[in-house]
Amino acid sequence: MGVGIQVEHLNAWYGKTQSLWDIGLHIPANHATALIGPSGCGKSTFVRCLNRMHETNPTARVEGTVRIGDVDIYKDASPVEIRRRIGMVFQRPNPFPTMSIYDNVASGLKLNGFRKRRVLDEVVEKSLKSAALWDEVKDDLKKKSGASLSGGQQQRLCIARALAVDPEVLLMDEPASALDPVSTSKIEDLIFNLKSQYTIVIVTHNMQQAARVAENTGFFLMGKLVEFDKTHKIFTNPSDKRTEDYITGRFG
Amino acid sequence: MATLPVRSVGHERLLKVRRSFTNHLVTVLAIVSTMVVLVPLIAVLGYLIYKGASSLNWAFFTHTPVPVGESGGGMANSIVGSGIILAIASLMGIPLGIGAGVYLAEYGAGTIFGEAVRFTADVLNGVPSIVMGIAGYALIVSKQQHFSALAGGVALAIMMVPTVARTTEEMLRTVPHAVREAAFGLGIPKWRTILSISLRTAMPGVITGCMLAFARVAGETAPLLFTAFGNQFWSTNINQPIGALPLQIYVYALSPYDEWHRLAWAGALVLIAMIMVSVTLVRIFASRGMLKGGQH
Repeated sequence: MGVGIQVEHLNAWYGKTQSLWDIGLHIPANHATALIGPSGCGKSTFVRCLNRMHETNPTARVEGTVRIGDVDIYKDASPVEIRRRIGMVFQRPNPFPTMSIYDNVASGLKLNGFRKRRVLDEVVEKSLKSAALWDEVKDDLKKKSGASLSGGQQQRLCIARALAVDPEVLLMDEPASALDPVSTSKIEDLIFNLKSQYTIVIVTHNMQQAARVAENTGFFLMGKLVEFDKTHKIFTNPSDKRTEDYITGRFG
Repeated sequence: MATLPVRSVGHERLLKVRRSFTNHLVTVLAIVSTMVVLVPLIAVLGYLIYKGASSLNWAFFTHTPVPVGESGGGMANSIVGSGIILAIASLMGIPLGIGAGVYLAEYGAGTIFGEAVRFTADVLNGVPSIVMGIAGYALIVSKQQHFSALAGGVALAIMMVPTVARTTEEMLRTVPHAVREAAFGLGIPKWRTILSISLRTAMPGVITGCMLAFARVAGETAPLLFTAFGNQFWSTNINQPIGALPLQIYVYALSPYDEWHRLAWAGALVLIAMIMVSVTLVRIFASRGMLKGGQH
């Protein structure tokens, strides 16, 4: 089951440039939350702060609190532990090129030392089914490389890989922006089905996408969270003038 | 829309002829350059086979050298000796080199120490091989008070390290950042990511680097002169002087005897064949287990 995320006074820097300013919001459990905003507004940085992925950049620095469930991720846990509880799907599909489809899905468990064959088989099947990819790949799970699939299939493989470690939260950083419309709609259906079991945070450039999949939407601009509310309200009756300008296409 | 300048039909035709002429000229130049490179290679190999094959017989592989004047004899001890020295060199040089390459690519990037290691590796790569022999002599032979296969292996290992380290580094750098990120995103620790994701993705290139280093030291004579020293008799003891094909070829080729010259040719042919066979075997072995559409 998913857990909620509580963010308070979150500031982030890359080197000396501050890229997030005093962000505070509550992401409810088992819902999809969309983050929109123009390029460079900090929405990707924000989701990377939620699983401490920004720390892979040595110049990055963060202040503030992020609570996932009841865990303060910057105080109570190591980045590695946090990332096991919070799955991430990236903008470009990034399957492990030398691994079979099976090994890609099993990698999160196998590379953390889990070796029970029967359980792995079950997890791989269940994850691929959740990611709506099972029927397309079940005949060559161990024969084909993850990189031999099409772009849309690769992205669903990456989702299956993230689900296999049984996370509570799924972060998706523009998961469909490199895909064609058919693959995009498959991914959206998937998000819709997955949110009953996981808390989903999705960064998107596509406002229709946010409207279709998410209950709540946050609008970022120049490193600040301008508005966070029900998706319906953001798109029909935003409180902030800047939000309105953005969603009506006056800039960005 | 910009329009193309109007040209006369005759001018168009002239241009066409000129373009096609240039095209052919470049193609011919490329073919000629390839020939110029290939001719010496084929000539050397052909001459080696012509001279060497006639002296090759079963005894060459099963017998040790015989004194001048006696006919027959072979290089069995040198073939085995080369095998032992190269095994020692590879067992030490390849893991060290890969480890250093991993450090340079994954930990030392941008640090002063990393830059220093990289610079040292590049300098070491250009050091004449006889200097490596002296280093092996000073480090091991003079301490142990005797020549040994081990000293020869160490000298060759030192030669392998920089090549293996630098190719490993280069190959790790070609692994896309997105692949590493995927692993971090799954909560896989850094050391695991390096071993099971980055190195595994870069493996074909790393193997090529190891094979290049292996092939290069397999033919080295100078570093063995005062380390392995050479041995006319059968020995598999790594603490004793040991024969090696390049050393034996060197000794026989310098001798005034026709019989020894013929054996030297055969030795050279066997040395090249050994290198080719081992490189091919590693390639076949490494390509097994590769998946369909694996490398992109």
